[in-house]
Amino acid sequence: MAMITADNRGLRLAVRYAVLILIAAIFVFPLVFMLMSSFKPDQQLLRDTSSFAAFLPIGDISLENYFDAFKRAPVGLFIFNSVLVTGVTVLLTLLVCSAAAFAFVFIDWRGRELVLTAILATLIVPFETIAIPLLLIASKLPWFGLDGLTFGWLNSYQVQIVPFIADGLTIFLFVQYFKDLPGELIEAARVEGATWGQVYRRVVMPLAGPVLATAAILKFLVMYNQYLWPLMVVQQEGYRPVMVGLQYFFQLNRAWGEIMAYLSLITLPVLAFYLVLQRAFIASIASTGVKG
Amino acid sequence: MRRDPMHPRAREVTMASKFTRSNRIGWLMAGPAAFLIAVFVVLPFIFAVGLSFTNQRLISPNPTQFVGLANYEQLLGLGLLTLEPERDAAGQLARDDAGAPKYPALRGYTRNNPDYPQFAGMREWFSFQQGDSRTYVLARDVVFMKAIVNTFVFVLVVAPVQAGLALVLALLINQRLRGINLFRAIYFMPVVVSIVVVSLLWRFIYDGNSGLLNNLLGALSFGAFPKVDWLGNPSTALGAIIAMSIWQAVGFHMVIWLSGLQTISPTLYEAAAIEGSSRWQVFRYVTWPGLRNTAVLILIVITMQAFALFSQIDVMTGGGPLDSTQTVVFQAVERGYGKQDISGGSTISVILFVIVLSISLLQRWLTREKN
Repeated sequence: MAMITADNRGLRLAVRYAVLILIAAIFVFPLVFMLMSSFKPDQQLLRDTSSFAAFLPIGDISLENYFDAFKRAPVGLFIFNSVLVTGVTVLLTLLVCSAAAFAFVFIDWRGRELVLTAILATLIVPFETIAIPLLLIASKLPWFGLDGLTFGWLNSYQVQIVPFIADGLTIFLFVQYFKDLPGELIEAARVEGATWGQVYRRVVMPLAGPVLATAAILKFLVMYNQYLWPLMVVQQEGYRPVMVGLQYFFQLNRAWGEIMAYLSLITLPVLAFYLVLQRAFIASIASTGVKG
Repeated sequence: MRRDPMHPRAREVTMASKFTRSNRIGWLMAGPAAFLIAVFVVLPFIFAVGLSFTNQRLISPNPTQFVGLANYEQLLGLGLLTLEPERDAAGQLARDDAGAPKYPALRGYTRNNPDYPQFAGMREWFSFQQGDSRTYVLARDVVFMKAIVNTFVFVLVVAPVQAGLALVLALLINQRLRGINLFRAIYFMPVVVSIVVVSLLWRFIYDGNSGLLNNLLGALSFGAFPKVDWLGNPSTALGAIIAMSIWQAVGFHMVIWLSGLQTISPTLYEAAAIEGSSRWQVFRYVTWPGLRNTAVLILIVITMQAFALFSQIDVMTGGGPLDSTQTVVFQAVERGYGKQDISGGSTISVILFVIVLSISLLQRWLTREKN
């Protein structure tokens, strides 16, 4: 075995970091390019792609593209729509799925096993395989869609929210978490005369912080990044979310700087949110994997 | 224990006692979720199967009719036709200007030929030579056939490559180094960015003129590498989309591998170190066996995600050039939404579901515990 001298230990460390940094560069360069380009006028933006300047904030730097993007399309409205749809869905998902998981884990009721099995079986049905018939159902649903211009629920907020409130994965995550809570706590509360509603609100939910964070983050990512579904069910500008607005924005004009400004605007808040809560984000992805 | 949606361990969690029994409260709390999943997942799934046997459209003045297997035949219909080369009066092969044998026009068989009703309306998918004769594979819907092939190519490349790269990254990140969490955070970053945003950005990278990739390759080869229109060329478009898709999602699976790595007991590594095992031996006999369940999970998840390929296609190529990036879901949307042909789109959805289900059952069977 070769002697490990201080020198070659230092060299090995340097090589390791060099590899890690090179890979990091591969993962960040498109995002750096996006942000830097958003500050540049179109001509310079295209010229800069031929050199390293593409990744540097140099030349004629301004926020012009951002102002122009807001003038060109109702960007504020698209962002509002996405935030509303995402926020409401996440809250309702946490409520509905945690309540269901509570019933599956702590309460003994007729049909419980059958219903849980059926719900977990839906995990093998990819959304893409039900999207088309769901479009037909959404176009026929009654209530709310009464403006006379559209069919059923098409072009509305509820068509973007209601189908996604309950999902098998979130229920699965809550069930897994609740199973690990000490059952004696719940029985003790029941012996003392607490109602099921009280046990849910005062005993179980205060202990559910980690799984609430996990479920909220996963649902947030899915909802904010929705594309296929709103593409099909929202044609009116008024209800359009950011990702579909983007495609429309792209077809409206080929002003690259403005497109980059729009991309930065809808991406950077999420990235900032991620970087602040990175441990929680990564833990939530990990918990969909090995557990149970 | 790996996550296994098909075998919920519902029975284990029973804590049946007089304090936990309540049909009314149970249904009250689980009811909303059960109802929503029934209406928005189970019902559309049943609809997809039912509608695939009809001619349902999104909006139509005519009543919906039962059409049997016509939709499936329309999508999957295939025919084989072997043609002998044309010969002149003396029995010599008739040759075209380039010297290749000439064959009768396919049109004569696929249009109004009462002797070959089964080929009516079909088009050539591909053909191959066998001696003098030429065999044509005809398809009723050539674009859908290409979509199926492209989707399988995508899955067969993405599943192993993405899983493999994710494992390499996970092993790199699993080192004890100062600042390693920063690198983990960066590698994971593309996962939180929308695939739609990523697809638009990569259109810039793949651009034929001022694209970053062409400029990089040009600089590395001192201008010797010719510029390629990566998305506009039928032979590179699908590959370009594959590379981008792996770039975007590899961090997701890196994290799942990592959590698998962290379940392996450190004492196993200590034992291996005492026995003087090489790095490869440690990986082969300690790490890899400990990752078995994780590997199965990752393979199934990537496969399911890869079959659903849609957004990248919609934003980057729209299925082109020359249908080289058509996919099954893109076809389902084009029909069901674009042409408002709900029954055609539903039929594609059912075909997709059958494919995904068979593959995940096959994967489960191939990776089952052998004892």
